[in-house]
Amino acid sequence: MKMQWILATALSAALGLPALAQDKVKLVDVVELSGAGATAGTNWKNGIDLAVADINAKGGILGKQIEITHYDTQTNPGNTRAAVQRAIDEGTYAVLGPVFSGPIGASMQIAQRAEIAQFVGGEAANLTMQGNKYLFRTSLSQTAAMPKIAAYLKNTVKAGSVAVVWVNNDFGKGGRDAILPELEKAGIKVAVDVATEQGQADFAADAIKVKNSNADAIFVYLNEEESARFLRAAKQQGVTKPMVGETTLLGSKVIELAGEAANGVKGHVGLSIDAPIPAFQEFGKKFQAKYNYVSDHNGLKGYMAVYMIKWATEKQKTFDKKGVADTLRGATIKPSDEPGIMIETTIEQNGDLDRESFLAEVKDGKQVITATLPKIKP
Amino acid sequence: MAEFIAYLIAGIATGAIYALAAIGFTLVWQTSQTINFAQGEFVMLPAVLVLLAIKLFGAPIWLGALIGIAAFILIFGAGFKLAVVDPMIKHGVLPLAIATMALSIIMKEGAKDAFSAEAQNFPSFVPTQTISVFGASISLQHLAIIIVAFAVIGLLQWFVGGTRLGRQMQATAQNPTVARILGIPVERMVLLTFVINAALAVVASALISPIYLAKFSNGEVIGLFAFIAAIVGGFNQVRGALVGGLVVGIVDSMAAAYISTSYRLAVPLVLLVVIILLKPEGLMGRKEERRV
Repeated sequence: MKMQWILATALSAALGLPALAQDKVKLVDVVELSGAGATAGTNWKNGIDLAVADINAKGGILGKQIEITHYDTQTNPGNTRAAVQRAIDEGTYAVLGPVFSGPIGASMQIAQRAEIAQFVGGEAANLTMQGNKYLFRTSLSQTAAMPKIAAYLKNTVKAGSVAVVWVNNDFGKGGRDAILPELEKAGIKVAVDVATEQGQADFAADAIKVKNSNADAIFVYLNEEESARFLRAAKQQGVTKPMVGETTLLGSKVIELAGEAANGVKGHVGLSIDAPIPAFQEFGKKFQAKYNYVSDHNGLKGYMAVYMIKWATEKQKTFDKKGVADTLRGATIKPSDEPGIMIETTIEQNGDLDRESFLAEVKDGKQVITATLPKIKP
Repeated sequence: MAEFIAYLIAGIATGAIYALAAIGFTLVWQTSQTINFAQGEFVMLPAVLVLLAIKLFGAPIWLGALIGIAAFILIFGAGFKLAVVDPMIKHGVLPLAIATMALSIIMKEGAKDAFSAEAQNFPSFVPTQTISVFGASISLQHLAIIIVAFAVIGLLQWFVGGTRLGRQMQATAQNPTVARILGIPVERMVLLTFVINAALAVVASALISPIYLAKFSNGEVIGLFAFIAAIVGGFNQVRGALVGGLVVGIVDSMAAAYISTSYRLAVPLVLLVVIILLKPEGLMGRKEERRV
């Protein structure tokens, strides 16, 4: 009799497990939780967790709860490749992350071969120029952002010459290569072109170089922690010319780390919780309440990435991995159709995004949005 | 010229930090004839512990600093000597060197897990302003680093050479057997050396963290450059570590300014190779002979 009970229990457990698994959809996030990309990666991860909690609380995607797993890549391209492969082997429905352009470039072919959609936080222009139909950005590409920066430098800052400070990784090189032709088109001279290293701690020499270039403005294109260190070094060296950047430079973590040195920084931001969009502000409050700090653009990107997957799945009415990419390419997602997307977003055929963006300035330690820029193709 | 002066001052300031860390290498070398590969993490950790104390206990900055510094000196000054050096030194210097490598990883990963993987703001005790020196704008923060670091190193030199306790420490470093015969409490002197090393790390940490920001990985760069500085200056001389630190700091700053930021790490390494080839004992070091 006892044996029968054991067998019955084992049988019911064996039958029950697949049923349980079928009630869930697995998503794997491959992200920089340590190393140089820790700040961006942690925000991205937390944004994803917030979206997953929200979606699960409302019944999941097509009735299935999302099961999210995060793998730390340590901002290492090799680890990223291994983690993406592991995610696919474990049957992920889509790959989320990474955020840094270098690791994305090193790992995107793996998801492409498996015909699984990958949602990344990278901005390097070349990522979406390689014909990968499964790669989707969650931010504007440098190709979209840099013309806006050049126009801002010319029309608002009235700069005739600019010092360009960039980080020598895929993100920074891509940004530099995208801004230089735009500056030339705008008739702005490059006074000095300063390459810095990812993870660099001491920016004194770079700040002195920039100061002595006598440029009218300084375009700073570094990752979060390096941006903060550079701003501090520039303040220590008495650099007073306007600092202009793209999204990262005006991010909340940079403002927090740079302290007073961040005041006066200006530029273009793709996403911001301070933007005059109620859904962004609501997200910012929820994020702050849950994690006790202010989300930067990467938090918003992570959040929206999960909703892009939800929208595509509900649109195709089935959990077809390949279909996610097919559904998203060329689509425009409106907040009226999917409130979690927060802002009308058009996904180009190559995975680039088009949406409204913002001009901002840091005042008294806070990012203040000064203007809203329309979509490139309204 | 003004530009050169600005680079020079920035280099001296960075070099002063390397010197403080490099002196730690020489102190440990003199007392235990081994290399502390966790020296960079020794500079990273005090800032992290201070911020952790503030976070955990909700303490004001001064109390957090007190708790963090006391905990660090106790654990990684006295504790390092008692828990790592004493048991391992009996088995030779190589196991001890390997133990310090393990300690380095534990400190780094421990700081990451207990504190944060992200960089954090560390308060500066000097305003971020500049003064003009020969037409060059010099950062007050850099000047403060130079003044404090030189004052601390000067104090250490005076202590070692000008006080009874310091001379006992020196005698212990030179020949522990003879020192013991002369009645010097050798064990206590060695312990004191490790505590001084920890205190120097605290000073370096307090000076550099407002610039580098407090982060678990800071020790990698500082440890590497301080190690190069100690070899360049002479591993067996405190003044050698000072000179080595300054040389490496200035070379690093000039390389970033006049060569390329991309190659700045390579230039001190080239310097290291040149010194090893031409003057293996270091710029200020003395030749050591051993019978085997």
